[in-house]
Amino acid sequence: MNSREKILSAIRSLTLEVKTLPDIPNFSSPGNLVEHFTQSISDNKGEVLTKSEFVAWFSAAGFSKVISLSSQFAELATLPLPEDPHDLESLEVAILEGQFGVAENGAIWLEDTQLGLRALPFATEHLVIVLDRKMLEETMHQGYEKIAAAHSGFGLFLAGPSKTADIEQSLVIGAQGAKSLRVVLV
Amino acid sequence: MTHPENAAEFLKDAQKSKWHDETLWFVRDKRDKVSKGIPEWEQLRELASGIKDNVLANLANYLEEFERNAKKNGITVHWAADSEEHNRLVLEILKKQNCTAVVKSKSILTEECHLNPYLEKQGIEVVDTDLGERIVQFLNQPPSHIVLPAIHLKKSEISELFHEKLHTEKGNEDPVYLTQAARVHLREKFFGAKVAITGVNFGIAETGEFVVCTNEGNADMGVHLADVHIACMGIEKILPRRKDLAVFLRLLARSATGQPITNYNSHFRSPSPGKEIHIILVDNGRTAQLARNKFRSSLKCIRCGACMNTCPIYRRSGGFSYNSTVPGPIGSILSPGLDLKKHSSLPFASTLCGSCTDVCPVKINIHEQLYEWRQEVTKTHGDFAKGLSMKLANGIFKSPLAYKISGSLMRNALKSLPNSLIYHPLNIWGKNRNLPDAPKESFQQWYQKNRS
Repeated sequence: MNSREKILSAIRSLTLEVKTLPDIPNFSSPGNLVEHFTQSISDNKGEVLTKSEFVAWFSAAGFSKVISLSSQFAELATLPLPEDPHDLESLEVAILEGQFGVAENGAIWLEDTQLGLRALPFATEHLVIVLDRKMLEETMHQGYEKIAAAHSGFGLFLAGPSKTADIEQSLVIGAQGAKSLRVVLV
Repeated sequence: MTHPENAAEFLKDAQKSKWHDETLWFVRDKRDKVSKGIPEWEQLRELASGIKDNVLANLANYLEEFERNAKKNGITVHWAADSEEHNRLVLEILKKQNCTAVVKSKSILTEECHLNPYLEKQGIEVVDTDLGERIVQFLNQPPSHIVLPAIHLKKSEISELFHEKLHTEKGNEDPVYLTQAARVHLREKFFGAKVAITGVNFGIAETGEFVVCTNEGNADMGVHLADVHIACMGIEKILPRRKDLAVFLRLLARSATGQPITNYNSHFRSPSPGKEIHIILVDNGRTAQLARNKFRSSLKCIRCGACMNTCPIYRRSGGFSYNSTVPGPIGSILSPGLDLKKHSSLPFASTLCGSCTDVCPVKINIHEQLYEWRQEVTKTHGDFAKGLSMKLANGIFKSPLAYKISGSLMRNALKSLPNSLIYHPLNIWGKNRNLPDAPKESFQQWYQKNRS
């Protein structure tokens, strides 16, 4: 008997009480979703910007290595999307489009189509996500309802920049991944 | 060494152990605040508990469904009956890739299987990429907490360590500076690794996908740059439906650190073109625990660490005092199932106050199971030191006369006995405990005077 059979038959040999799978109610959290989402992103140490605020920040910073997969900011790109993710090592800014955001925690859903390369939102130094302000959901329940049966090889709920508190519980932004997250609500 | 012996070691540095206690309580407090912002919090706990009960009751079916769907998505599925088989499977994949250096994100399962020393013996460099885990790896220590691996260390110790290992400035203890140094060091490892290992937070039977949650983004940095991703998953990590993730992701980070969600929640369904994903489904004692009626529900654990942060014993004795991969209250009900002899003191490392049960997001009755394990330990190992005094007490409480006499004797004795007798090594109740002042009269005497 191989291990697969051994494990499955060990489980099947037990008489286990029937336990029904509970239904999940559609919990909601109504209110001003833009306000709620903005607060959540800020709590996660990210920042929500308007289009003009973003443009002002971007042009003042003078980045030279920028990849943009957002049709709204296509002209800001200085580099095409490489084939090999290892070429992202010194990337300064990645601009992506998020599918939707969740107000209760600031989580933004992205799939392979939005990411180009799966390493992109992690390897870049600064991450910018463009999000339609009409595409905000109240809680994770509505979020998963929206994803439903959509099929992507990789999907990501991203809620902030890379962070850690592993040294004496002091919060530090910019651990191994992106050092900042800016969400541009359009 | 038993838990009390190890705890005594930890308590020698009074200032540090006080900091440990207060810091974990602060995390517990953050959990309370953020959970109170969710009106349906208790309903979510109830749901999570119900979903996990259903998973355990139908585990074989769900595992098969998960395997079927994962395979359909192009993921290679392996099964490991125990830690040896798990480690061997990992090594085989690495050998096939001619891989001699691997990056690994946080996985308590690989700690449980002692994967690192196994691979290192085979000449493979393993780099733990979670900052806290990298710190303890540099020190040749296991994590002392499942969510906060280096919570037992002060920044001065980390500064000294990084000066030695990463050549940071001597004496620079700034967490931002130290984290930046680790970032540079770890990114070099990410960009050089061909294989990345991760744990698994949730595996979804319905879709065959699995979810990994981090705040640092280290799991994704490793996986997306490597050619091969090995995900190590305990068989109890299954959830039936994708939408169940809503319940669990709402509970996990809030319970763990008081954040509304971890910053990265990655759903792996199929490999990128030209790459490979392997998932190893590991038993290693889980089916045996499933067979134990009283302890089955311990398998519902989602490894949030909330029971550790709230536990008055864990906070004051430190994670290492448990000498178990998963420390704290939940570890004290999981580990005796793996090795009752080695972990026989753990069920006693509790006041049975029940705070662990109160904060558990999947409503495991942890303190009741601690009590049940005590019965198992006493059945198997017979008397502990407290046994003799308990027997004596039993005789005294049985006879009203003996009770009356011994009461007055004790009141006088406590006043006149020398400390050397009360705090004698044989009286373990005297250890680290001060006796209260003895009352002048018994309750009976007081009652007769005042109420009769």
